[in-house]
Amino acid sequence: MNFEFSKEQDLLREQARAFLTQHCPTTVVRKILEGNDPFDRDLWRKIAELGWQATVIPEEYGGLGLTYYELAVIAEELGRALAPTPFSSSVYLASELLLRDGSPGQRERWLPKLANGETIGTLAFVEDLGRSTPRNIQTIARNGKISGRKIAVTDGDVADFVIVLVMSDKGNGTSLYCVESKEFSYEIVDSIDPTRSHATLEFNRAYGELIGTDGYGWETMNAVFDRAAILIAWEQVGGTESTLAQATEYAKSRYAFGRPIGSFQAIKYKLANMYVKHTLARSNCYYGTWTLAGGHADLPLAAATCRVSAIQAYYYATKENIQTHGGMGFTWEFDCQLYYRRAKLLALNLGSEHWWQDRLITAHEQRNKVA
Amino acid sequence: MDFNDTPSEASFRKEVREWLQRNVPTKDELKGLTEIQQCKLWQRRKSDAGWACIRWPEKYGGRNASAIEQVIWQQEESKYDLPLGIFDIGIGMAAPTLMHWGTDQQRQKHLPQLASGEHIWCQLFSEPIAGSDLAGIRSRAIQEGDVWVVNGQKIWTSGAHYSDFGIIVVRTDPTVPKHEGLTYFFVDMKSLGIDVKPIKQISGSSNFNEVFFQNVKIPDANRLGAVGQGWKVSITTLMNERAALGTGDGGVAFKNVFELASQLMIEDRPAIDDSQVRSALANWYCQESGLRYTGYRALTALSRGETPGPEHSISKLVGASKIQDMASFALDLLEMAGSLSTSEQARYFDTFLNSPGFRVAGGTDEIMLNILAERVLGLPQEVRIDKGIPFNEVPTSS
Repeated sequence: MNFEFSKEQDLLREQARAFLTQHCPTTVVRKILEGNDPFDRDLWRKIAELGWQATVIPEEYGGLGLTYYELAVIAEELGRALAPTPFSSSVYLASELLLRDGSPGQRERWLPKLANGETIGTLAFVEDLGRSTPRNIQTIARNGKISGRKIAVTDGDVADFVIVLVMSDKGNGTSLYCVESKEFSYEIVDSIDPTRSHATLEFNRAYGELIGTDGYGWETMNAVFDRAAILIAWEQVGGTESTLAQATEYAKSRYAFGRPIGSFQAIKYKLANMYVKHTLARSNCYYGTWTLAGGHADLPLAAATCRVSAIQAYYYATKENIQTHGGMGFTWEFDCQLYYRRAKLLALNLGSEHWWQDRLITAHEQRNKVA
Repeated sequence: MDFNDTPSEASFRKEVREWLQRNVPTKDELKGLTEIQQCKLWQRRKSDAGWACIRWPEKYGGRNASAIEQVIWQQEESKYDLPLGIFDIGIGMAAPTLMHWGTDQQRQKHLPQLASGEHIWCQLFSEPIAGSDLAGIRSRAIQEGDVWVVNGQKIWTSGAHYSDFGIIVVRTDPTVPKHEGLTYFFVDMKSLGIDVKPIKQISGSSNFNEVFFQNVKIPDANRLGAVGQGWKVSITTLMNERAALGTGDGGVAFKNVFELASQLMIEDRPAIDDSQVRSALANWYCQESGLRYTGYRALTALSRGETPGPEHSISKLVGASKIQDMASFALDLLEMAGSLSTSEQARYFDTFLNSPGFRVAGGTDEIMLNILAERVLGLPQEVRIDKGIPFNEVPTSS
């Protein structure tokens, strides 16, 4: 048993952090927040040169063939830096889906380009307000032609292809299709975190290619959600630690009543609680990553545990960070908003905390049945 | 990172399992024995076979095991419902302090008797006037030749009524600032002048005591650390206390409440189908799992030669509230029947009444948060009126 990252993985962490400190300070994040670019193309190109998108993609598809431990390390640093790139859509969702369920032809076609960052992929499943279920999907596929509308598609405006969840008359009733961008129209929509772009997609008899087993799209998508939940949890953990550092620094330097506000217990307790929630989430991510790297049967339970604790830690840290900063924390000028926005986006974009609490207990019930 | 055993760990685990299978006391063996006798029987059996305090050096009754092996041992031992409780303070807190601060002679004399379960130890730190402000204790020790004469009162001393020895912090110099005038000893609980009076708790039982000292003589040979160094020595004890306290589940774990919710009904459905029940359970699972893996990570740090730090406060802080809240939640699931002590689910009833103590014992939640804020995050200390002034000039309530 060994419950820490290896020396090599820690070295990668140092390199990634140093790189992002230089190339992705919050001034870069703000350029995307305040400008018209959907993401930082320059940063995307540079991280592709470092091979980050290629981390777990096998060498036969132009990847580096590394493990999920390395990808977890990178995810944490991207989260810490609030990197404004389509990394999560393209790497944790599109690449994972193809790796897991793509046909040999689909993998050969897309994975090399996903690995070198030339191509961006994403996933489209939401259609309406409220929770998506396999029963409220309206988008249809008829003779390989997709028709329907998907909302809240992260990076839907910049993706070269999108994997779409559609209704099916086979199996359990849903399927996944890969649709190229020339086949659909999109409209950019403002999101709670404008450093990550979102779009509504319209499919009108768009040509698509089935991915995975017809009629089991929901199951396939959720298996990938479990994997992505762990990687996104690392981004959340990185963001939480960054937020805690910001709050701590402010609490030490800001004086009131003749002393640093961090000397008041009311502030100390907030920050100590941030530290506690952050530590629990991080430790859960360790176990989650191990299940991901080794394909352990506990993966769904561990994934839900990572996600629920990371959502809670990040939300708590970012709201109490603003509170610690007082009025300044509420201004556009201070960076508190960047973390607050990102925390909520990441809490929503794979389904809500409440849904994942339910998944956690379901996974636990299933594990007990097997045992 | 690998949560699986290495081949050598697996073979160690196998050895542990086989030994436990053959040696765990049967119900018949324990029948008619008091809890203390049961605990002593099990500890002696482990000690005779070299399975007591396995991380300790062999000369003190251990087997030089690694931190990981210690965890494997605990994982396997905890699969059985064994009598263990009474040695927590001696083995978990006094022994590490002796190990760190004791002379060879002190260690050689006392550690083997701790390992074998022959001696039970208690902790004499808190006083009626000094709990969270532990350095504000007033029990006074005055040196007379080779002995120190102690007068004063200690409180919240678990197991004082059956302990052989106690670790104690006393004031040896009231004319210097409070942290500088303390000295740390261990005392024979059968010494003349010690009077133990049980305190009745919310639950009605009496696990802890007031301990009065009237001209009690402690040999200078029982001192740990230098005169005036008592605070620093106490920190060693307290760090180990938090590590020791954090690991238990206090009678209610996630699996208990999960099972209860799976059996009980809300309306016509199992309670576990209710979305509020699922949310609450999921949160506790996240905490329990987070604490488990935080503990494992601390272990890897330990096995790399790092010392346990203030981060241990997390397990005590989170664990205590979790137990209290789960017990309360379980009673809610039982509805009106939850109010009855005769309920088949007495576990939750008992834990509900005992758990407030978990949040106070070994440092309150608030002290834990201060420790994390100051020692981990580096936030400045609260302004202290008593800082730097002689203890006997500090304003007090009495």
